[in-house]
Amino acid sequence: MSSREGILNAIRRGLKRGPLPADQRAMLDGRLATHPRHLIPARSRVSRPEQIALFVRNLEKEFATVERVPDAEAVPAAVADYLAAQNLAPRFAMAPHPELTSLPWDSRPMLEFEARRARGDDAVSVQHAWAGVAETGTMLFPSDPARPTTLNLLPETEIAMIRASAIVGAYEEAWDRLRAERGGAEPSGGFMPRNIMFVTGPSRSADIEQTLELGAHGPRRLHVVLVEDEPAARVALSEGDPRPEAAREPVARPGQIANPAD
Amino acid sequence: MVALTSPDFKRRASRALGDERLQTALKRGGSGFHSKRAQAIAALPEFERLRDIGRDIKNHTLANLDHYLEVFERNVIANGGKVHWCADAAEARETVLGICRAAGARTVTKGKSMISEEIGVNEHLSAHGITPVETDLGEYILQLVDEAPSHIIAPAFHLNRDDWETRFRAAHTDLPKDRVFHDRRDIMAEARGKLRERFLAADVGITGANFLIAETGSSVIVTNEGNGDLTQTLPRVHIALASIEKVVPTLEDCTSLLRLLARSATGQDFSVYTTFSTGVRRARDLDGPEEYHVVLIDNGRSNMVGTDFHEMLRCIRCAACMNHCPVYGVTGGHAYGWVYPGPMGSVLTPSLVGVEKSGHLPNASTFCGRCESVCPVKIPLPKMMRHWREREFERHLAPSSVRTGLGVWGWFARRPGWYRAASRLGMGALSLLGRGRGRFQSLPLAGGWTEGRDLPAPEPGGTFMARYAAAQRGGRR
Repeated sequence: MSSREGILNAIRRGLKRGPLPADQRAMLDGRLATHPRHLIPARSRVSRPEQIALFVRNLEKEFATVERVPDAEAVPAAVADYLAAQNLAPRFAMAPHPELTSLPWDSRPMLEFEARRARGDDAVSVQHAWAGVAETGTMLFPSDPARPTTLNLLPETEIAMIRASAIVGAYEEAWDRLRAERGGAEPSGGFMPRNIMFVTGPSRSADIEQTLELGAHGPRRLHVVLVEDEPAARVALSEGDPRPEAAREPVARPGQIANPAD
Repeated sequence: MVALTSPDFKRRASRALGDERLQTALKRGGSGFHSKRAQAIAALPEFERLRDIGRDIKNHTLANLDHYLEVFERNVIANGGKVHWCADAAEARETVLGICRAAGARTVTKGKSMISEEIGVNEHLSAHGITPVETDLGEYILQLVDEAPSHIIAPAFHLNRDDWETRFRAAHTDLPKDRVFHDRRDIMAEARGKLRERFLAADVGITGANFLIAETGSSVIVTNEGNGDLTQTLPRVHIALASIEKVVPTLEDCTSLLRLLARSATGQDFSVYTTFSTGVRRARDLDGPEEYHVVLIDNGRSNMVGTDFHEMLRCIRCAACMNHCPVYGVTGGHAYGWVYPGPMGSVLTPSLVGVEKSGHLPNASTFCGRCESVCPVKIPLPKMMRHWREREFERHLAPSSVRTGLGVWGWFARRPGWYRAASRLGMGALSLLGRGRGRFQSLPLAGGWTEGRDLPAPEPGGTFMARYAAAQRGGRR
């Protein structure tokens, strides 16, 4: 008997039954096909402007930085200014994504870049975020020839462009969009890219004395250029924060043990 | 492989209590975990309902585990990957070695994985000429000093900053001897530089899996450093090690559990990197592995299905139970003597290695119940530790002094008249002997108890039952 059969038989013995009968299997396959949602926290069930404001607040709470620009044409200038402000060379590897390659990079002739995957010695990457999740300030990067995974990992500084219209409230809404865009009816998960990274802030570790430090193996800086392509959602960030106070502050800041007073 | 030293728990625990450096590390780490989790949960009013949902998702999956594993396998294959079913640790080690050999691997990078500690994959690869490199910061230093993790999510929980500096100086001999570590960031930067070379050179990357998704044939890892992602993205071959109970049906089920995991573990709303890997590099992709293997490991878990320990298979390895355990809080993880410490280890270790070798663990609990109250999937840990104590007793594994003592107590407890008479007699004797000092520094048969504290001598005036009876009579009068 193969290990496969041995394991399956031992499970069935424990469950005091044989292989599931056809009608029960069909019921389970029905659950897989409809993939029902469970509870979605109320924090993201808010208006569009509030969702985008929540996304930005959560990003900043997790030590990312955000710049809002009125349209995609403003992205090259935002990238150039950010690099200059951080004292970084104006050189980067960029995702070969049409929404990035079509931008007016000529407007900033100082910028040098190549559209490709990242290499070990790249200092900066410019990446395309496919979606954002307001609930926790998370960006989604499905792998694709136009969106290499290494750009999220190897450089010390990652700049991600995201469109406001790509921001959803909860993770479940992003899954729906992925299924819809990539042929979600397939039963074999064929809509999944090889890899999909959910990124919430720059890389970090608290392995040394439980003390948070940024930039463990992945990017130490994560800068987000948010293109406000959704006029209805363009609302000032200064509106009151509806979340409980505990949710607004970072749990720990780099170099500090969380709440040493506790 | 982590050598099993659980039979030696008592000695190791008392040594831990006297280890000042360890106590410093434990005090520093513990309170941070508590307050961070509490803050994250205070900010999510739905957390309690999500715990019920998490429990129900896992229960549904376990009740149909055979089916979901078969669906998972089918979908891994449909996306170009392979599934290797392994009954035990030896088969899993051999399988990993076989894949590495077929890939012509010389070095292998690794993401943090407790199952890889359980099956002892590093030693096996090393013994066959393949170099495994741990890349999680905590695991990296433990590999340098040849120690086991002491915590399932913070493996180097027991080390202090000067330990890191000393060990890095000893290991990285190619760097200038007079370099200064101004702060923790310098230590981390040195590890980043050292490991970057390793990531780029590795032939195979081995990760664990926090979840497997039946619907899509995906494996999911949850990390903060990014080392797991570099491990599974850069080499030509990716191996995901996962035990059979990691499977969940759908992306939506996984998403609900992810809302619980990071909050319970580190108090983050979401970990920095949550990554779903599905199959091999697609036709025009510019990066990613060309081979994707899932090594699906049983190693004793299928025997837990349907038993008193079935519910332990819901565990999502967040470590909240050990972070809130008063016993773990003073002994640290190494005292437990195997891969999984704290309350979840006290239930899982006897299930996987046998209660005859690890009976001390379920006894090392005050049954305060905090572990169950913080568990994101509501595993009744104290109840299951109690089951192990019963098994241990039934199988005559408890020491004879305990068995005799409980036997004697049981005989009297079933005969109230005798019980009262005996306690009257015992109390009278103690009160007579303790006259003057008012306490006992040592007592026959209770040496273990009086070693750490004095027993107060009973006040004269009779047992509770005698005085209660007298008061009742007095009241009627």
